[in-house]
Amino acid sequence: MEEEKPWVLISEVGGEAGLNEELADIVKQHFRIVPYKELLENPQHLGPKIQVAFQWKFLPEFNPGLFKMLPSLKLAVSGGVGIDHLDVPFINSLGVKVANTPGAVSDATADFAMGLLLTSARKILEGHQIAIDPKTVRIQQSLMGSEVTGSTLGIIGMGDIGYRIAQRSCGFQMRILYHNRRKRSAEDEEAVKASYCEGLDDLLRRSDFVMLAVKLTSDTIGLIGQRELSLMKPTATLINISRGQVVDQDALVKALQSGTIHAAALDVTHPEPLPRDHPLLRMPNVLITPHIGVNTYNTTCKMVEKMVENALAATRGLPIPNEVRSK
Amino acid sequence: MRRLLLGRTLWSSAKASIFVQRTTLQRSMCHVEHKKIMEEGKPWALISEVGKNGYLQELADILKKHFQIVSLKDFQQNSQVYSHKIQVLFLWNAYPQVTLPLLSSLPLLKVVSNGGVGIDHLDVPYISSLGVKVTNTPNVVNEATADMAMALLLASARRVVEAHQIAIHPKTTDTPQWMMGDEVTGATLGIIGMGRIGYKIAQRSRGFDMKVLYHNRKRRSVEDENAVGASYCQTMDDLLKESDFVVLAVDLTPETTRLISHKELNLMKPTATLVNISRGLVVDQDALVKALQSGIIRGAATDVTYPEPLPRDHPLLNFPNMLITPHIGTNTYSTSRRMVQMMVDNALAVIRGEPLLNEVKPK
Repeated sequence: MEEEKPWVLISEVGGEAGLNEELADIVKQHFRIVPYKELLENPQHLGPKIQVAFQWKFLPEFNPGLFKMLPSLKLAVSGGVGIDHLDVPFINSLGVKVANTPGAVSDATADFAMGLLLTSARKILEGHQIAIDPKTVRIQQSLMGSEVTGSTLGIIGMGDIGYRIAQRSCGFQMRILYHNRRKRSAEDEEAVKASYCEGLDDLLRRSDFVMLAVKLTSDTIGLIGQRELSLMKPTATLINISRGQVVDQDALVKALQSGTIHAAALDVTHPEPLPRDHPLLRMPNVLITPHIGVNTYNTTCKMVEKMVENALAATRGLPIPNEVRSK
Repeated sequence: MRRLLLGRTLWSSAKASIFVQRTTLQRSMCHVEHKKIMEEGKPWALISEVGKNGYLQELADILKKHFQIVSLKDFQQNSQVYSHKIQVLFLWNAYPQVTLPLLSSLPLLKVVSNGGVGIDHLDVPYISSLGVKVTNTPNVVNEATADMAMALLLASARRVVEAHQIAIHPKTTDTPQWMMGDEVTGATLGIIGMGRIGYKIAQRSRGFDMKVLYHNRKRRSVEDENAVGASYCQTMDDLLKESDFVVLAVDLTPETTRLISHKELNLMKPTATLVNISRGLVVDQDALVKALQSGIIRGAATDVTYPEPLPRDHPLLNFPNMLITPHIGTNTYSTSRRMVQMMVDNALAVIRGEPLLNEVKPK
């Protein structure tokens, strides 16, 4: 029976970067798994049997060398919603379709965005460090944070994730501004009481918290640079859950050092992780997390289930539910 | 709970020390009195101190608009000068401690004006029996405290602090995949204490599609429940069994002291998180230590402990899944300013014989 299951390539089971046992079991229900290491040991025998390749946390890399080993490949699936790291036209030119897992990641990512905002605003990190510091003998009064209730949140990128962030911030009576390629419908705006900012500058000037929830594309690389940071309030916080390259990191360092903005909270950097001598790692008012926006048991299961769904469609010659087409 | 120190010996020693100080301070008394004549007209108030363990400068400035303020240190060194002037005692973070000797040395005291809504550190019946009013600052604290509860919940569930420490660690060269957190969207939130703050926590959780259960002395109205999608749990046990996140938002009273102990922690899911923004004494800390040690609950996050801060060798300081913040639930500039303004307004109302909005009456 095992032989009849179609074959799928994954990075590895377990390990630092692989699919853990639970997630691998979801795949094994329908597929025979070939870990990347095994493929490398015997590419001539194993390669032609593989119909689908799964990429999890950017591994294995979908490069020309890999595709050469997989002549029967029908589908390359990336776990997650970002596909800025994939050359979709090139992969398509090989007769291979590309898919991702939008939707599955939205709630967890929006939750995490709010977690970053609140942790930064209310100085949870510094508070905890003081609370457990061996030298702490009295409760200080000087650790002050920024008020979240009633503040202005500017969301740049009001897609699926951006909109869910708006939904969550409603409960905090935050004033919501947004900037997007396309204006949302009046009903959508009304439901979260969001106001459209035609100009990005306008949003930057008025926001207490600036939230980046855009895709990384040629239009959004370096979207937030020295100029944009200088338009922000000196009391404002920048939160990034998009991709590191959306922000000019050198400009960000300078802006934080000179008090041009107050704080930053980043789940994404460029590269990941940052070199160990990077100034962002040592700055006060900078909260960095290692790209864990989707890291919950529930969400990673949903992502793998979606990957399997797309893979099954490919092996059965059916339309791919989450196909990514080149523009 | 802190109680007044009663007893004749204490009163005697206080009296004695005042007598000793008196003679040595005759000269400085005159000097101080002369200086203060310029500021005559404003009533006098005793505070803890201005500075990082007391009031930030901008908060002290709000007090100074209407009061001549004396720090506790100054008062203790010159009590003869100030004793018969002070009409108001301002409390910030429960300082200065309201003891019998202190009250005895303030014969003209009219009001104890507390910053914050919790007054578990005050013997209200006793203070009232002296003809002194007690006031607090409800409502202005609600939003900042509810925000803090959500911040602790999210930071703990998604392991933000641990993740930051890994992200900046000198040895980190890869992104760790084992760092998994708990899903907040769609999870069950159990609120114990559905007062003003508890209700605001429920409002904030709606955007996360959380299922809200609550336990309270009194059931809320149907409209209130529907507005936040909350279901009443007649017994706390039911709430504990079903919740993924248990948030404590109660007053500290004799009934709520050690409300969460071994039994309650055992009823909670092994995947659940306990969040405390009430008072440290609401939780049996020894039971919590055992629960974290044996994995009876997944983790906890608290802005309050007993005492504050914990002794430096306390086991709670060592768990990676225990998030502790140093009682900063209302620590934003705008909320602190509003609290201090309310403290001032409360005190002025007493002095002027006007109706009191925020009087805490003995039960």
